[in-house]
Amino acid sequence: MPDEGVWSAQDTTPAAIEAALRELLKEQHAKSEAYAPARVLNMVAVVDREWRGEIYNRLEGVGRYHASRTILCAVEPRRETIDAWVTVSATTEDPKPGEIALTRERVVLDIGPHHLPAIDSIVDPLVVSDVATVCWAPHGHTEAVDALLKLSQVVLIDSIMEPDPRSAVHRARELAKDAYVVDLAWLRSTPWRERIAATFDPAQWLEELGRLSSVAVRHRPDSAMAGVLVFGWLASRLGWEPGSLMQRNGELFGRASARRGDVELLLQPNPEQSAPGLSGITVETASGVSISLERGPGGLSAKRRSRDGGESSWTLLGASRGEAGILGEGIRQALLRDTTYAPALECAAAMLG
Amino acid sequence: MATVEQQENPLVEGLERLPVHPTTLVIFGGTGDLAKRKLLPAIYNLAHEGALPERFNLIGVSRSDIPHDDYRDMARDSIKQFSRREPDEQVLDRLLERLRYVPGTFDDDNVYDNLEKQAAEFDEEAGIPFNRVFYLSTAPAFFPVIVGKLGEHKLDTHEGSEVRVVIEKPIGTNLAEALELNREVLSVLDEQQVFRIDHYLGKETVQNMLAFRFANGMFEPVWSRNFIDYVQITASEDIGIGTRAGYYDKSGALRDLVQNHMLQLLTLLCMEPPVTFSADDVRDEKVKVLHAIHAPEPEHVPDMAVRAQYSAGMAEGKAVAGYLEEDGVPEDSTTETYAALRLEVDNWRWAGVPIYLRTGKRLARKVTEIAVTLKPVPHLAFEQAGSVGVQPNTIVMTMQPNEGVSLSLGAKIPGTRMRIRPVNMEFLYGTAFMSQSPEAYERLLMDAMRGDATLFTRDDEVEAQWRIIDPILEAWGQLPGPLPQYAAGSGGPEEANALMERDEHRWRAI
Repeated sequence: MPDEGVWSAQDTTPAAIEAALRELLKEQHAKSEAYAPARVLNMVAVVDREWRGEIYNRLEGVGRYHASRTILCAVEPRRETIDAWVTVSATTEDPKPGEIALTRERVVLDIGPHHLPAIDSIVDPLVVSDVATVCWAPHGHTEAVDALLKLSQVVLIDSIMEPDPRSAVHRARELAKDAYVVDLAWLRSTPWRERIAATFDPAQWLEELGRLSSVAVRHRPDSAMAGVLVFGWLASRLGWEPGSLMQRNGELFGRASARRGDVELLLQPNPEQSAPGLSGITVETASGVSISLERGPGGLSAKRRSRDGGESSWTLLGASRGEAGILGEGIRQALLRDTTYAPALECAAAMLG
Repeated sequence: MATVEQQENPLVEGLERLPVHPTTLVIFGGTGDLAKRKLLPAIYNLAHEGALPERFNLIGVSRSDIPHDDYRDMARDSIKQFSRREPDEQVLDRLLERLRYVPGTFDDDNVYDNLEKQAAEFDEEAGIPFNRVFYLSTAPAFFPVIVGKLGEHKLDTHEGSEVRVVIEKPIGTNLAEALELNREVLSVLDEQQVFRIDHYLGKETVQNMLAFRFANGMFEPVWSRNFIDYVQITASEDIGIGTRAGYYDKSGALRDLVQNHMLQLLTLLCMEPPVTFSADDVRDEKVKVLHAIHAPEPEHVPDMAVRAQYSAGMAEGKAVAGYLEEDGVPEDSTTETYAALRLEVDNWRWAGVPIYLRTGKRLARKVTEIAVTLKPVPHLAFEQAGSVGVQPNTIVMTMQPNEGVSLSLGAKIPGTRMRIRPVNMEFLYGTAFMSQSPEAYERLLMDAMRGDATLFTRDDEVEAQWRIIDPILEAWGQLPGPLPQYAAGSGGPEEANALMERDEHRWRAI
């Protein structure tokens, strides 16, 4: 097991926790100069107490994308005091001579609902200064997120977790006014967006982008928002005027106006899809070309039908990232800036009215 | 808002992985060590990450007369053994479905007929012409043979797509060979089609040098002869030659590391800011640096170059043999396992600043670093007694083992007296980035498929490197053995220390 320093206290204060963190870091460094604290990102997660372990394990599962300091605030009904567990551990037990072993810090706090409106005053002393801070509240706790915006530069959301796409778009736009938003629903669509972009990249296919006549996106029933974001992305990148999406037989249906005519948009729930996100995309052009991407073994299965009716199929190689991979990607993206999400979100908002 | 009429793909904006044209990659030497250990695992990792071109085919070419399936089995085993991650069986299966094998010798016309047939089948199946990348992972003697045959069989061009050829080092063993090889290659291909690999340039750590210099306003103002006293570049290895005696004894430290990797580090350190980071703008600036280094006259070589061999010594607490006792090394070998040079870049920025290079095997530690020592402060008002005193600032850029940058500063020793000693301000990349660096070959393979030659060596760059190294090799060739010795596990030969002491400088401890 890697070397670990641990401290815990009941009914404690942020100042005591911060002092314990400093002491544990000093102790680790005294054990070996090879221990070097990672200084990349603070992650503040606000979760329901009963799901604390599950979220802790999810954050552990992101591997190398682990934040340098994780502060997990577990909200317990009726709790009045703050209990804390602090762990400082090295990623490698026995670094080779001349090599370093990164240390990471985890702070788990049990707090009560009444702490949430001013949670920033609890967390602020605990984050590493001059390092970006991302906050994440997978179980709601909007009050806490709003308070944490004072000290966070980035908010991690998963807009498929909102009750419906309209409220998801509304919440994402609200948050985007004060912080950079990393949306896991958007990241789930990244391989699909990359592949659609690649499909039309060869010069002989590029002009077909101007002739798109329909786009159908299939998704897990709870992941319609991921599909709406794909529509928003296409509309914002291709200069479409987005129209309203409407319910029809359990599907969302609408149109967007492109320079050469309307583009039909269709969102279809796929109950057989087990993982959150998309299960397939079909794009058709007015000239009779059709391209379909579906989840398949070893990557996305692609099928192209050309104007003359000829078909070809192939696999777009790539391993599934899994939910741990998506969350890790979300943490990594907190340090980058994707300028295409906000325009896609605005177009999505226009489609949802 | 982007529109389709721009003839650029508006969908690529914001994507981290830019599309790469469908590609068929052909590896000559497909059963060789480099293919097994580096290329096939790199290709797998690119597939795993979804980074390969949308449509991708792979063809191995080698002498072994084996069927496709046996080659697939070999590729699968190699990937499982050498990949930096556990392969996903489904991705691996799908990748290997697109793998073919063409057996034959590299001078055999049937090989190229079969290659064309196979590549054409891929094109026909997809309905589009794939780009073709030929990777020459073979002994250097085959480079002109293969390129010549590609030309004869019209494989050097492909209607509607690009053809590129990747050539592994070494590009010749001296200037004459490099010139001849470049001439032969460029009689068939355009320079834009040729990608000469120096895998050192694919390392994130080396690319970071450009970021360090040109993304930080605090260093460039002192980056000149006005503030820099001297520079030392070290690439030391703690291991011996292992089982590579056959190769190494013909090569030696100067050819193996200095002519290519270490001169690359030197050019990145000394180049002027390029106008853009396009391949030719960057390489133009690097070549200017090489041109500013005067090739030594033969009689001056002993004053600026030191060579040596390791003798028996201790490594990791164990007794190890000297170079001449290693298996496969002739007992009268005069191949150097250590080389140290003193060079000067004779231009406006660097004139008069000595740049010392050293590399060697079986040294005390494995380290690659550049240490830039600034000139001392003009006046010392502090007490010298009772401390090591004020030392010149040194900026150290470490490539391995711990990539980072450190800056030595003078700081007051706590107490009632004003005494100074140096302290280190240290930045380690590993503490500040979460991402795992891709293997150099992953980056370089993608760049070659994308047609970005920035991290590849241009013909004039290779030739300029050899123009510096050739006179040293010639002078050493005239001198009799035996060579100066240094004990295995030590910091190098005394002669190298003398090289620096003449300028009143000292090597950093390895």
